[in-house]
Amino acid sequence: MSSLDVTDVRVAFGEVVVLDGVSLHIAGNESVALLGPSGSGKSTLLRVIAGIVAPDAGTVVVDGIDVTAVATHRRGIGMVFQDNQLFPHLSTLDNVTFGPLMAGKPKRDRREIGQRWLDRVGLAGFDDRNVTELSGGEAKRVALARALAAEPAVVLLDEPLTGLDRELHDRLAVDLAELLRTVTTLLVTHDPDEAAVVADRTVLLADLVG
Amino acid sequence: MNRLPRWLVAALAVVPAVGLAVFYLWPFATLVVAALDADALTDTLGRSQTWKVVWFTLWQAVASTAVTITVGMIPAYVVARFDFRGRSVLVGLLTATFVLPTVVMGAAFLALLPDSLERTVWAVIGAHVAFNVAVVVRIVGALWEHLPTDMEYAAATLGASRLQIASRISLPLIRPAITAAATIVFLFTFTSFGVIRILGAPGTRTIEVEVWRRATQLGDIGGATVLALLQLAVLGVVLVWSTMAQRRHSRSLAMGPAALRRRARTRGERRFVAAAAGSTALIAIVPLAALVVRSFSTPDGWSANAWTHLGRTEVRPGLRVGVDPVDAIANSLINAAWATLFAVTIGALASLAITAAKRHGRLIDGGLMLPLGTSAVTIGLGMLITFDVAPVDWRASWWLVPVGHALVAVPFVVRVCVGVLRSVDPAMTDAAATLGAPPIRAWWSTVVPYLWQPLRVGAALAAAISLGEFGATSFLSRSGGETLPIAIEQLLGRTGTTLQAQGYVLATMLATLTVVLVVAVEQSEAAPQRMVGP
Repeated sequence: MSSLDVTDVRVAFGEVVVLDGVSLHIAGNESVALLGPSGSGKSTLLRVIAGIVAPDAGTVVVDGIDVTAVATHRRGIGMVFQDNQLFPHLSTLDNVTFGPLMAGKPKRDRREIGQRWLDRVGLAGFDDRNVTELSGGEAKRVALARALAAEPAVVLLDEPLTGLDRELHDRLAVDLAELLRTVTTLLVTHDPDEAAVVADRTVLLADLVG
Repeated sequence: MNRLPRWLVAALAVVPAVGLAVFYLWPFATLVVAALDADALTDTLGRSQTWKVVWFTLWQAVASTAVTITVGMIPAYVVARFDFRGRSVLVGLLTATFVLPTVVMGAAFLALLPDSLERTVWAVIGAHVAFNVAVVVRIVGALWEHLPTDMEYAAATLGASRLQIASRISLPLIRPAITAAATIVFLFTFTSFGVIRILGAPGTRTIEVEVWRRATQLGDIGGATVLALLQLAVLGVVLVWSTMAQRRHSRSLAMGPAALRRRARTRGERRFVAAAAGSTALIAIVPLAALVVRSFSTPDGWSANAWTHLGRTEVRPGLRVGVDPVDAIANSLINAAWATLFAVTIGALASLAITAAKRHGRLIDGGLMLPLGTSAVTIGLGMLITFDVAPVDWRASWWLVPVGHALVAVPFVVRVCVGVLRSVDPAMTDAAATLGAPPIRAWWSTVVPYLWQPLRVGAALAAAISLGEFGATSFLSRSGGETLPIAIEQLLGRTGTTLQAQGYVLATMLATLTVVLVVAVEQSEAAPQRMVGP
């Protein structure tokens, strides 16, 4: 039940101002879809929240605690990257249990957590699969399971359904809505229909300024 | 389908094939036969001295490789990930260091180190590291560029610290490149010859140096051949292991586009990049600067004497040393000219034959690459023991040294030329045929014109290789015919600062010549796209 508050975030890369005074509040367990044209800074906002990009001004607060200066790996904010970024040298199960491993969970627990999440995303039995041989939809599910298995306070999804074929896209959108019901979520997309299916609420990046 | 007549392909292949057979395969077979002599085998392998040399060769190579990889990882990371002023200069500097003749690098460390460290294993390892850091930066950096930064961030969002990201994500993924770089550095340092001849002492001899010492100083040809074969066996094992290890751990990582290099953002990052780039540049610059400084220093202060009096070899009135620096320059230039001519002729014919013969071309291609896998000392020893009986007693012939050099250089010429010739679109030859050109004419006007540009690159490479070649030359050059590397080794081995300063003058000249040639190669390699049209 973690809330997320982004306040007056400003990011400039040299002369180019990407985000200027962006603020956003997400309540605990709420799913919010962030809409906006490509190149409008949606992904940059996710990176600021995850701690990958340091903002020039503004704060990121999780559950009332200011995490703006906290390193990415200590923030408890999970992220599903647009191109998944599965670790090619690890098996499917080892990808999913990477978060529990970093949290210092013992091996038996990790295995149990990993298999439960693989089961929940519909990939039971995929434990030893080579992640470089998964289909686009399977890889996306693994990336999602991996992010959620780390038990993040907030999960960020960058265009999670882009590049999948229509039928797969629609089915995964429904699954996503179900999986994300118990976690605070910010989802970036350019597809209003997708936003409506997956999220509780939709906001436009342009409306977050000022 | 119009094809080139077989007789033409055969005619192109005959000179390279005969050259390879006479100057490589035959000497190599002679060497193997000599080594398999039962007395030589039991004598050499039963001697504790042999195993001391093998042990030293092995441990200094392992130590040199480990230090080089460790030192090279930081610049490899910085060059792959960051965009900073002077980045291309740094890469160029490292490349220049890598192409320097081994004797020059040995001389540079002799110039750099205080007397107490000269001719110790530490000097040897230091020179090996400075030499080979470029290998790590180039090979590991190239793969590291393709490792998406987002993958590291993904690990961070899952709770991995920087150290955990490095140990669990980055290092395992670039492991094939580390293995490849380590293999190359190991091969270079295991077969180190020039550096050890300059910096080594009796306790610090590699197998390569021991082969030379047994053959030319002690007259123990049997022992030398046994050691050469033993070295080849070790290298074979390492190569097979490395190939298997790289295959096992290779990922489809290199398929992706290179991640964007970025400027350092935080002050800490800027300091890290500056420190890493700066200290790497120092590794490349300081030894060479020491070379120049020592060429001007005498016990009485600074003096250009060694440069201006290079031709006067009298140590004292009436007392001469055996080697004339000016003659050595002339010998080297003449040898390099002939070696380049031989290598370019053989390389051009071979490249045309390889690309024209398609499938059978592989045989010629593979054959001509063999000298690359054989150490220069082994090649020199093979030629020394083969061409010493009539009617092939060629050891006094002026052309034997340039032929030895050409043997080492031909693989490089062939690689450069074949690469370009293979990229010529076969449809052009077909187009010429439809316009009425018979096969030979079509080939001559659509394929052959593309040979000249890579051949110029090959010629510069061959000249650079010949100028710095030391291993084979140590066996083949005769008194009075000393080349620059031989003269440098002899001058630096004498006592007396006058002679040493002259050695450093020659080393500076050789370094400059080599770097100029290689820069010329890099410049013209940027151009070939203009030649091979769409």
